[in-house]
Amino acid sequence: MTIDFVVYAIFAVAMLLVGLHLALFLLYFERKGSALIHDRVGANRAAIFGLGNRLGMPNLGIVNTLLADPIKMFTKEDFVPDGADKFLHALAPFIALFPVLVTFAVIPFGDTIDIAGRTYQLQAANLNVAVLYVLATIGVGVYGVALGGWASNNRWSLLGGIRASAQMISYEIALGLAIISMVMTYGTLDLQEVVRMQGGTWLGVIPRWGILIQPLAFVLLLTAGVAESKRVPFDLPESESELILGYFTEYSGGKQATFMLTDLAEQALVAMLLVTFFLGGWQLPYLYRGGFVLPGGFQIAVGGLAVSILGIIAFLVKTVAVCGFLGLVRWTLPRFRYDQLMRLGWKGLVPLGLLNVVVTAYLVVAFGSAK
Amino acid sequence: MPAWLFIFFGALAIVAAFGVIVQRNPVHCLLSLVLTLLVIAVLFIAEGAVVVGFLQAIIYAGAIMVIFLFVVWLLNIPGTPAPGGQLAPKFIGAIAASALGSMLFAFFSEPEAAVRAGAMAADYGSISSLARVLFADYLIAFEVTSVLLLAAMVGAVALARPPKNLDAKRDAEEPRRDEAAAG
Repeated sequence: MTIDFVVYAIFAVAMLLVGLHLALFLLYFERKGSALIHDRVGANRAAIFGLGNRLGMPNLGIVNTLLADPIKMFTKEDFVPDGADKFLHALAPFIALFPVLVTFAVIPFGDTIDIAGRTYQLQAANLNVAVLYVLATIGVGVYGVALGGWASNNRWSLLGGIRASAQMISYEIALGLAIISMVMTYGTLDLQEVVRMQGGTWLGVIPRWGILIQPLAFVLLLTAGVAESKRVPFDLPESESELILGYFTEYSGGKQATFMLTDLAEQALVAMLLVTFFLGGWQLPYLYRGGFVLPGGFQIAVGGLAVSILGIIAFLVKTVAVCGFLGLVRWTLPRFRYDQLMRLGWKGLVPLGLLNVVVTAYLVVAFGSAK
Repeated sequence: MPAWLFIFFGALAIVAAFGVIVQRNPVHCLLSLVLTLLVIAVLFIAEGAVVVGFLQAIIYAGAIMVIFLFVVWLLNIPGTPAPGGQLAPKFIGAIAASALGSMLFAFFSEPEAAVRAGAMAADYGSISSLARVLFADYLIAFEVTSVLLLAAMVGAVALARPPKNLDAKRDAEEPRRDEAAAG
């Protein structure tokens, strides 16, 4: 019993750290990747004793973005505006962050692993209704931004909060419909099972990934997921040309950093969900429990522990790749107008999602689920 | 769920529910209600009704209460209403509360209530058992309910839409601006 507890505690902490580090990766992309896309130099001022410079290396802005920025953030004055609801103002960033962080618990990051003679699923919490859990935490996440906007006693903040909650509720429907069609395809609410079913190949070559069965659902989940994390082109709640900073205008220091971290962590979560549902999760193509079986009949034997570790690496590489793609999207597209945002959500994604569900239902009844 | 945890969550639910009716600021009341709903979802999950618990969190806490929050903001209800208020709602509320309390008391004071609650199927509360009840045993009732909800939704849209002939009426009543300028 105790070893179970320790193992799952380690899994949970590891997953939390992976999520937070992905958020850091996205933050770095935000600063330096955007500069690369814009053909700017980007953050390159801060350095530790000019160390890299003396060695003749270009300044990659790592000290800027990962050390100087956070230290500046957390040592700033923590300002609470006059007339604000002090309790809710302090609580809101954490209400926003908490649901995102606990969702990482149900993401399967690997197959199984044998520890001390017992087999463990590489998943911090092996829920058989994990999909419902994800939807519930995403649904509750709305309160953080909505309350942050309201408690600040500022009109721009309130407008940002209202925009954020309207947008998140609208796109939750499209997100839910995309997930429903995947649940129908695989016939399970268990994310570990969803990933298991994406193992193997068609015709011995093409990996059985969800994106090939449900390409429309992939696009829906991608779009709704980006909207859910309130990033460009869906960053209406914090559009600086209209609302200063939207729902976190009146935040400074650590609390503002918490709100920004929430957005980045949510983006990492969306990447993980996309990988889990559509890109085969921890499945490495042609890798099975016993080892690689390459097309053409070549076989390479790989030990059990190595297979587990390769699975974890595959999951991480895919997630980082999707995070990078989300970063590219963020610096490529311009922001929507508010009516365009709502039209896309309600008249574009929701009908497409419903259509996808109906077609999927028909195909599942006619041919059976992907089992 | 261990007993102490159940007592903790039960107490939290009761405190949060009191917060709904005791607090002055409508947003604070609403947040207390959200907390109550979430804690009750946790209790549902602990009792094995996992799907019902998560659905409560998704639908009530995650969607309906956010709409309530919107309504509170848009109606711009003053933060601290005057003390007192109407007597009739309090009177009716007291009667309803005592009726509910006596029903619960009557249910739980029966000696076989605990036995009846304990005799459940092995897959009680699982999504497949819930789906079997909804989509096989009570399919017609379930589908009729969905039609009812659809009718309510269409009605709400119809009510919210401005009358179709509003523009025509305004044009007829007011002389058009260019005509007025010309005349």
